[in-house]
Amino acid sequence: MIDVSHLTKYFGDNLVLDDISEHISPGEKIVIIGPSGSGKSTFLRCLNLLEIPSSGSITVDGVCVTDPKADINAVRRSLGMVFQHFNLFPHLTVMRNLTLAPTKLGLMSKDEAEAEALRLLDRVGLKDKALEYPGKLSGGQKQRIAIVRALAMKPKMMLFDEPTSALDPEMVGEVLTVMKELADEGMTMAVVTHEMGFAREVGTRLFFMDGGKILEQNTPAAFFDDPQQPRAKEFLSKVL
Amino acid sequence: MELYLQWKELMRSGADVAFWQSFYVKFYQAFIEADRWKQYLSRVGTTLLVTAIALAIGVLLGVIVASVRTAHAQQRPGRHNPILGLFNAIFNVYVTVIRGTPMMVQLLIMGLVIFKTSNNYTMVGALTLGINSGAYVSEIIRGGLMSLDAGQMEAGRSLGLGYLPTMIYIVVPQAFKAILPALGNEFIVLLKDTSLINVIGGKELVYAAQGVMSRTYEQMFPLFGVAAIYLVLVIIFTWLLGLLERRLRKSDRR
Ligand SMILES: Nc1ncnc2c1ncn2[C@@H]1O[C@H](COP(=O)(O)OP(=O)(O)OP(=O)(O)O)[C@@H](O)[C@H]1O
Ligand SMILES: [Mg+2]
Repeated sequence: MIDVSHLTKYFGDNLVLDDISEHISPGEKIVIIGPSGSGKSTFLRCLNLLEIPSSGSITVDGVCVTDPKADINAVRRSLGMVFQHFNLFPHLTVMRNLTLAPTKLGLMSKDEAEAEALRLLDRVGLKDKALEYPGKLSGGQKQRIAIVRALAMKPKMMLFDEPTSALDPEMVGEVLTVMKELADEGMTMAVVTHEMGFAREVGTRLFFMDGGKILEQNTPAAFFDDPQQPRAKEFLSKVL
Repeated sequence: MELYLQWKELMRSGADVAFWQSFYVKFYQAFIEADRWKQYLSRVGTTLLVTAIALAIGVLLGVIVASVRTAHAQQRPGRHNPILGLFNAIFNVYVTVIRGTPMMVQLLIMGLVIFKTSNNYTMVGALTLGINSGAYVSEIIRGGLMSLDAGQMEAGRSLGLGYLPTMIYIVVPQAFKAILPALGNEFIVLLKDTSLINVIGGKELVYAAQGVMSRTYEQMFPLFGVAAIYLVLVIIFTWLLGLLERRLRKSDRR
């Protein structure tokens, strides 16, 4: 699904991703944890080129996205992204949030897109919010809508960057439930998260990042029970 | 009318007239005699026309300049479009020069140097105001586009929408609401600045006042009259802009 080879990213002189090589297969649920500033978001954002790698190559489904000639928009369509702060379009209704990209890209007619949007909204229990504006919704509702907005593009993989970090505690569960269902359906996922319970339950593989490197990786259960690296032990002792 | 003639004679003969009597005479001379109020009114039309033309030019230029400069700034590193770069450099000079020199000097240069042979001073004035306004409007628009949360652009792009569609459907509609008050303010400034085209012979409200002053040798009433007209216009347009903003905010339902 995704091949990352010698990925390096600088912000100015600041080395944020340090020669990362990794492979993600279809169906995997990668959970990414690590201290703040370790490069988790940057890694995720490089995968759909929201950040441009300084060097190295990334291949998505056989398409080398770091090639300047690659059709980045097509690649981005196949990688749904969910942000910490939802980034819903506040000037559009929930329905328009979901149908804008599929219709403007000519993937679906307006009717098809709306029918699909209603199906997706129903699935996350928000069908009755179709005509609301995002400003009227709670954080948990917004994030569920952001998830289905990405799903409306029928992506092959979903990228989540701390999807529950901006939520009030009582709303975390409803978002994680949607993500779990998605995982159960076989969606390939990469999730940056601080929800260790979710990581353990849903993840098939865990990356521990620090200093721009994937310092350690393992199955979540093995990692949590017996971290190898001193930095990983230190991190876990703080968060668990 | 009769009172006016009577008191005017009194004043001319050097007799002592009451303050309100001379007030009436001067007021009458400034606005009523020879239907002079019509001169002011017709110049109000010119003032509004010049404002409208200047605004149209200013917004058009502003949109073009802001689009190019924003697009240039938001290119992916290592993928610079040379044509965009060229226009960006030209527009940078334009904005710097226009904002770095006084409007009065720009008017004199346009009227007395560049369009030396044109007799249509009013339109040369409107054009100059428009070019001047374009620089300020472009900065207003650019500020609006840049100030929108970067997450909006990222969300659009991550859905596979290209740069332009994301701009058109997501960024611009939100930025427009944000910059409307600043644009309204620019319009008010423009309305008042039309008075400056007088220096190159543009015929608007101040010109009407000058005409009356040279005929009656009385400055206070024509000038105060013109000031009052500007004030009324500004109050009316400020009120209308307020209405528009409130309506937009209501349709927002956010
Ligand atoms: N656009 C940017 N410009 C400059 N520096 C940046 C930018 N984005 C991130 N950085 C820097 O890169 C480093 C890694 O940031 P990143 O956001 O990837 O960390 P993170 O692991 O996601 O942290 P957090 O848990 O706080 O979200 C940090 O030092 C950050 O300051
Ligand atoms: Mg982050």
